[in-house]
Amino acid sequence: MSEPADLVVVGAGPAGMAAAATALAGGVRVVLLDSQAALGGQYWRHPPEHARALVATDDLHHGLRRYRALCQALAAHRTTGRLDLRLGHHAWSVVREDDGFAVHAVDRREAPRETALVLRAPRLLVATGAYDRQLPFPGWDVPGVLTVGGLQALLKGGGVAAGSRVALGGTGPFLLPVAAGLAARGVEVVAVCEAAHPRAWLRHPGPLLRNPGKWAEGAGYAAALLRHRVPVRPRTAIVAAAGGARVTSVRIASLAPDGSPRPGTERRVEVDAVGVGWGFAPQLDLLVPLGCALTDSADGNAVVAVDGGQRTTVPGVYAAGETCGVGGAALAVNEGRLAARSILADLGAGPLPVNGRPAAPRSAVTRQRAFARAMALAHPLPPAWPSWLTDETVVCRCEEVSAGAIRTARAEGAHDHRQVKQLTRAGMGWCQGRMCGPAVHCLTARGRAYEPAERLVATPVTLGALADLDETPPAPPAPPVPPVPPASTADGETDKECP
Amino acid sequence: MSEIVVDGDPLPFVEGQTVAAALVASGRLAWRTTRVGHRPRGVFCGIGVCFDCLVTVDGARGQRACLVPARTGMTVTTREGDDE
Ligand SMILES: Cc1cc2nc3c(=O)[nH]c(=O)nc-3n(C[C@H](O)[C@@H](O)[C@H](O)COP(=O)(O)OP(=O)(O)OC[C@H]3O[C@@H](n4cnc5c(N)ncnc54)[C@H](O)[C@@H]3O)c2cc1C
Ligand code: FES
Repeated sequence: MSEPADLVVVGAGPAGMAAAATALAGGVRVVLLDSQAALGGQYWRHPPEHARALVATDDLHHGLRRYRALCQALAAHRTTGRLDLRLGHHAWSVVREDDGFAVHAVDRREAPRETALVLRAPRLLVATGAYDRQLPFPGWDVPGVLTVGGLQALLKGGGVAAGSRVALGGTGPFLLPVAAGLAARGVEVVAVCEAAHPRAWLRHPGPLLRNPGKWAEGAGYAAALLRHRVPVRPRTAIVAAAGGARVTSVRIASLAPDGSPRPGTERRVEVDAVGVGWGFAPQLDLLVPLGCALTDSADGNAVVAVDGGQRTTVPGVYAAGETCGVGGAALAVNEGRLAARSILADLGAGPLPVNGRPAAPRSAVTRQRAFARAMALAHPLPPAWPSWLTDETVVCRCEEVSAGAIRTARAEGAHDHRQVKQLTRAGMGWCQGRMCGPAVHCLTARGRAYEPAERLVATPVTLGALADLDETPPAPPAPPVPPVPPASTADGETDKECP
Repeated sequence: MSEIVVDGDPLPFVEGQTVAAALVASGRLAWRTTRVGHRPRGVFCGIGVCFDCLVTVDGARGQRACLVPARTGMTVTTREGDDE
């Protein structure tokens, strides 16, 4: 791309793809970057383009028509030179400059080789998504225990099932597609342990009724699980895992309303892999150092605060998708479009040539956020979760800090995860508290929303790569574009908002 | 089928898989031990966040196996101390 970009989008998941497509349709120049080798983010995670024939994953996906329409819209803009698509590029820091933002990134397409580069634009959209939120339990660090998202990523990205007899546990609707995907690949899913009770949804019937698309998706998974005879057990949890070099069994218990295991209900189940997840934590690594204000979300996370047009509190910085709160792919797409419309308006670009109906994504976002809130309230973290931990249970996987050490730190006056970190090193290791942060927070300052620690770099970078820094890298060549099918329009929007 | 070399032994992979996916597909879920407790670790988050899956790739230490695409001829070593 010879002319400078108007917008850098970090993250090519549902939110970033939709935002880029809409912004491009509005006539601006966009750089879209993602650390993955393919477009799609977590929801539409795919093997790299050249490998799709070998790793078939289409049947594991939902909304592929929309994904393909977005891919084609982006490909078309790549050939015109207005989209600079950078897959395999990891942004490690963003710095505000006089006339915009400098995104510091490393090109890891030839990993482990890294090439550093800087991408600049007057506007920045951060659509970096979220990662699985974890609550430790005895044995959660035994190999073969994965995050549910990790199981899903191996399946969708690499066509690999991590086990043949798998138990899933935690809370939230996300357990269902993972169970259905594993079952579809012949894995015996011995139990889906959902800590919440479905009755909790009935306390917020409004959002449920106004989002029939969610119902349909849920009903589809329920039918698939029934067909594969996968038992879904409400109000139960995986409270321990055992094994040496690999997990061999879990203990499953019924939960009392406060989330404590009901005495006498525990049973041992043999497995060779486990998936656990308690919702998601937004990926705020690039937004926090920029000074974007955060706000509390119903699921106990702090998320980036945005106005009705997805603008953060820092002028020029926009956010869309799960950085603004966890709510699923359809909400992410609509937020991406809304953000792009704001960016176009703020840049003084003309009206969108197609589908210029600003009210449509905005009302869909409002409706879907209400659903996300109801979902969060129906799937809370169990208040009595700390009672599952023995003093020996590892909480910080990197620095191997036990629950006992964290309890001692709290008794000595540590009031939040930052103070616990200073006293115990929990959160000081390689992952910088991304895995243990929410849990340490729950053990110390549960009443407040979890705000992640500020991290100086979003991903470790080698000094060698920085030494060879290429300030104005040429855009990678665009591959030939397949013809755009009539079902989609120039910005990849089909005629309706994402249901 | 393509192959990488893990600790001296060939390991087949399918084009497009990461090093972690290739290891898991071969039934290996643990490939390093922790510094303090010498506990086994392998893949946990699968998306580059937890750093459990560290390996050395073509001599470069501290690589996340779940992010590095496998390439024919790539040399992967797994060992103690990769988290130092
Ligand atoms: C592992 C995992 C698997 C999931 N699978 C499903 C599923 O199968 N079904 C479902 O309904 N929901 C799933 N979800 C929930 C998911 O969060 C979706 O709701 C949806 O993908 C959110 O869209 P998004 O665009 O906000 O973010 P994401 O889809 O998460 O996209 C964010 C993108 O940003 C990239 N990124 C982040 N930081 C950087 C950086 N510093 N530099 C460069 N790129 C960066 C990431 O690689 C990612 O591709 C999953 C979540 C996780 C964590
Ligand atoms: S498995 Fe978590 S970083 Fe690779």
